[in-house]
Amino acid sequence: MSHEELLTELSLADERFIVMTAENRALIRNLPKLVGKRFIDTGITEQTMIGAAAGLALRGRIPVVHALASFLSMRAFEFIRTDAGIPSLPIKLSAFIPGLLSDANGPTHQAIEDISIMRGIPNMTVFAPADEDDMVKMMPLIWASAKPAYTRINTRATAYVHAPFEPGKAEIIEIGTDVTILTYGLLFEQALITVEILRGEGLSVGLVNMRSLKPVDEQAILEVVDSCDLIVTLEDHFLTGGLYTIIAEVLLKHQKTAKVLPFALNEKWFKPALLPAVIENEGFSGKQVAETILGYQTSHNQPEILTPQFSE
Amino acid sequence: MQHFTTDNKNLEAIALNVREHILKMSTGGGCFTGASLSAVDMIVYLYAEYLNLHQDNLNDPNRDYLFLSKGHDVPALYGTFAELGLIPKERLANHLSINDHVYWHPNTHIPGIEFHSGSLGHLPSVAIGVAMDIKIRGGENKVICIMGDGELNEGSCWEAVLVANAYQLDNLIFVIDRNNFQANMATEDLIPLEPLHDKFTAFGAAVSRINGHDFNQLRNIFKTIPFAQGKLNVVIADTVRGKGLPSIEARADRWFCNFSADEVAQLLQELHGEHQTQLTSETLVVR
Repeated sequence: MSHEELLTELSLADERFIVMTAENRALIRNLPKLVGKRFIDTGITEQTMIGAAAGLALRGRIPVVHALASFLSMRAFEFIRTDAGIPSLPIKLSAFIPGLLSDANGPTHQAIEDISIMRGIPNMTVFAPADEDDMVKMMPLIWASAKPAYTRINTRATAYVHAPFEPGKAEIIEIGTDVTILTYGLLFEQALITVEILRGEGLSVGLVNMRSLKPVDEQAILEVVDSCDLIVTLEDHFLTGGLYTIIAEVLLKHQKTAKVLPFALNEKWFKPALLPAVIENEGFSGKQVAETILGYQTSHNQPEILTPQFSE
Repeated sequence: MQHFTTDNKNLEAIALNVREHILKMSTGGGCFTGASLSAVDMIVYLYAEYLNLHQDNLNDPNRDYLFLSKGHDVPALYGTFAELGLIPKERLANHLSINDHVYWHPNTHIPGIEFHSGSLGHLPSVAIGVAMDIKIRGGENKVICIMGDGELNEGSCWEAVLVANAYQLDNLIFVIDRNNFQANMATEDLIPLEPLHDKFTAFGAAVSRINGHDFNQLRNIFKTIPFAQGKLNVVIADTVRGKGLPSIEARADRWFCNFSADEVAQLLQELHGEHQTQLTSETLVVR
């Protein structure tokens, strides 16, 4: 099932759903004719869309709003914080082409601080599915919650079949004793490759798909810290405010320390190009991550990285 | 529909009492007295006569909605609610107290307040969402959003006008409290708004301009809503900042007021036309 099919099914089954967009219909092409007046396109007005979503939520609706991640999270930030966050309204933010998925658009379109700023809003919940299978498993529970939610939309198809989603829980693929990679979003795909390469080099390797950045699964993080020598965080986000920071906060809270190697965008926007080149250029491919961890080159192959389905 | 009153004498009496309440809140920390006084008459008219909204239908989806987007004039709302029985009058004495929620901007801890405000340019779009839902469900209720003229500097107000017209929200009414000031400046000296009627008309709205202190004009214009099928209604209400108190009327420096107890006592007399107050308290000037 695709994300659009899921949204269609739930919208038709539940009159509370209002599908909204600020003139970005890539994910919801067929919804207008299916849900009629419950499809609202406010034009290129992210602020007005969020305000209107708040008004609709006051009337008992569940607005699922769509816009490009950078404009949704930043252009409309104060509206989200003030009109969705303060009253804790169940407005569901679908952030399109987040992180590296904005590939060749350039820095205006790079939402790589979105996790950081969204998780700073009281009442807000923040999610980043690894791929479309993961997203389709997560979305029904995200939409069923009474809280506002920000989700990094990720429609990439991978061969991986994810475990059912439990709100606030990470998906622990495995915990290693040498290295465990904590990641979210599209880089999960690369992390699977990293795991395979490291195992080929004889290491005991774990992998956790964080899924829910807020609330974050503290128990999963502590379990990883207690059982392995090196934690690797891998994220398409600024180093500040994302998963690396979250791990630091959790460790401090529990008075623990750990050896953590972060892969993130450190005080920089990424160089725009098509996604496979972007991932390679930032050193985030599965093989590059593995070799950085190992400290030496290997003869393993990097599988081809597919270009995304959507560019805007 | 239940009205509190439809009689001008009663409306005037309520408005006078609300002005007293505002004055009494203009000390011990103070409040935005000038903007509150310009908005009093329209707020009293709307709650006492026009809106289908009273103590017994505050959660009824068929009620009318009022959103106060220029939130700093909330003393006018607190005073009106106290006069109409939505909140106990004693609660006004809690103004700025840590033990209550009667502070400088509206919040939903006060029964009758539909949504918090304070950040300008937000509630036009929130009101749009409510008006959209009423249209989807085929309801007859009206949605009013009161905005300040200075607030119209915010681009989100104009986005909202475009979107309201695109969705033909003729159940939505934007009321502009046109008191000609923003903080310590005349609007026309900073970011000129005139010709304001033409601006809204050009954006597709149906516009009327009235004296916002005249109950007959308020009644006559609100009776004709919707002004035009499928168009956003805009009422530009020309008002006077500080209306009712000649010693602060239309003064750029009397915006936020924190009077001494003696000044409040004098101003209360002035409100009843018996006195000319000598103001000695400091004015708040931010620019």
